[in-house]
Amino acid sequence: MPSAEELRERIEDALPGADVSVIDTTGGGDHFRAEVVSERFEGLSRIQQHKLIYDVFGDEVGGAIHALSIKTATPTPAGDGR
Amino acid sequence: MTNDEIRAFIENAIKENRVMLFMKGTPQQPACGFSMRASGALNALGVKYAALDILPDPRIREELSGVSGWPTIPQLFVGGELVGGSDIVMEMFESGELAELLGVEQPELEAEPEPEQPVQQRPIGLENRLN
Repeated sequence: MPSAEELRERIEDALPGADVSVIDTTGGGDHFRAEVVSERFEGLSRIQQHKLIYDVFGDEVGGAIHALSIKTATPTPAGDGR
Repeated sequence: MTNDEIRAFIENAIKENRVMLFMKGTPQQPACGFSMRASGALNALGVKYAALDILPDPRIREELSGVSGWPTIPQLFVGGELVGGSDIVMEMFESGELAELLGVEQPELEAEPEPEQPVQQRPIGLENRLN
């Protein structure tokens, strides 16, 4: 069963330098929410940004990872930045 | 139905319906919290849309993801283009971008659907267990 920590590490490995937080939303080890801030997202549509995250996990999304909610952002835009 | 026929049906649904939502369950009876949010956003905007329940046959989801390259459900298409899943739909709904894309007025948002850190408290345990 994947852990939030494991998901976080895998996203960080795939997107070096990204600011990543992952929570297990139910505590059950299968519903997660990931918030990722990365320069890699610059110039990409939201769809492309989310796909970068989904691609880290491939078939596991929908399998062992029952649900993965994603919020992406770039470090620079207006807003509160993190 | 063969897989090819299912795929053709999906592609046709995307082409024929300007606003096409693939979801678990139906708008009247969503079978998953994420699908409920996406169809709820469309309902709140008052747009006409077509919805297809992917649950009756697991191949619908497989073929849909093959067509869209998107792994999760729901999936919203507008004008033949994938807009996104529930996270993107909700972000765009809250920002007014979805209303703009669909050419409708953004409704007054009474009591925002609790944007941050809501998930933990939500009675979420039963959703999404159907496949």
